[in-house]
Amino acid sequence: MAQLPVELILMRQLASYLATPIFLVGPEGELLFYNEAAEGVLGYRFDEAVELPLAQWIREFPLFNTESGEPLSVDEIPVLRALRERDPVHGSLLYERPSGERVPVLATAIPLVGQGGRVLGAAAIFWPVSGGANA
Amino acid sequence: MRVEIWGSRGSLASPGASTVRYGGNTATLLVVGDEGEHLVLDAGTGIRPLGLKIPAEVRRVDVLITHLHMDHLQGLGFFQPIFRPDLEVHVWGPPSITMPLSARIGRYLSPPLFPVTLRQMPCRLELHDAEPYARIGSLRVRSDLVCHPGPTVGYRITSPGGKVLAYLPDHEPALGVDPFPASPEWTSGFDLAHRADLLVHDAQYTDDEYRDHVGWGHSSIRQLAAFARMAEVNHVAPFHHDPSHSDAEVDALAGELATLLPGAEVLPGAEGATFDL
Repeated sequence: MAQLPVELILMRQLASYLATPIFLVGPEGELLFYNEAAEGVLGYRFDEAVELPLAQWIREFPLFNTESGEPLSVDEIPVLRALRERDPVHGSLLYERPSGERVPVLATAIPLVGQGGRVLGAAAIFWPVSGGANA
Repeated sequence: MRVEIWGSRGSLASPGASTVRYGGNTATLLVVGDEGEHLVLDAGTGIRPLGLKIPAEVRRVDVLITHLHMDHLQGLGFFQPIFRPDLEVHVWGPPSITMPLSARIGRYLSPPLFPVTLRQMPCRLELHDAEPYARIGSLRVRSDLVCHPGPTVGYRITSPGGKVLAYLPDHEPALGVDPFPASPEWTSGFDLAHRADLLVHDAQYTDDEYRDHVGWGHSSIRQLAAFARMAEVNHVAPFHHDPSHSDAEVDALAGELATLLPGAEVLPGAEGATFDL
């Protein structure tokens, strides 16, 4: 695999030091990284998930509409909307943990636009609704 | 191609008795291609004496700037070829999403910091954002952003015969990576340096000094060793010597690097050093 753009490398390095849950995807929506704080919410260590293509991580991390309880489509997942629309996206959703428990989550996603205007991926900051950023 | 070092000091020019062997001029290299291309890497204070040696028959010079910190730009206004009307001078620098290169360089090359503006330079001057892939004569030039404060690129220059110079004078790939190095795809500068025939790379600090300068954009000698090992480079020129380091201290750092890279050739960047690739 070729070296990733330095903007993504720096984003991962920053995320790895923050206690705010952060989820990072590449330009095709592939999972690149999530940090330790995100592991606490998602219920999987990053080492277990590693880097997954889009089709796989949306199965591994089931997301649902807060009101209807229906699965979110690819077009509704905040981090993928931010990537596609090149705009910040904020929303609420339900995440189904490995135990089957569904937890309400707030997510804010931003596109990562690098030098020269290249869209390099997107990052989502998220937290359980009742728990605060460090939950 | 031939690579000449005209300035290897980092941060600030540091002339004096203790820096005579490695030199006090800031970052400047000359690359002469097999077809006579003249590429100047960075416009530190070493570019002044270099400019006096550019042959009169040369009609084009390309100045490839890694970033706009003063130790890489300060010499540009003293580069004698820019006062030659018969010369094309192409200046390449890191892209910015807010200002063109001419505006950013013009902040320095204009009053009150400098008496002459870019537009007053007699040469035929062209400024370019560094492109990921470019060709200058027979040389292929790759640039890529690297980990250093502010937009900063490194360069990988490949000759028609496939010889490679990698130039990353200001680079802190270990920032936030513990343990360093991570895998190649998550390491700043890897693609630029991979299997280069000569790697000219930041080695400003001892391990102790680095601990007090995390995030300043530079590497320790041990980090350079790890980076070179991962990039499979066997010829390394530690560069961007700290202005406070004497020749003896640079010797000691180079000795440590040689110990950490058994089998590799380690020659600290020194003014006057030349490498034929």
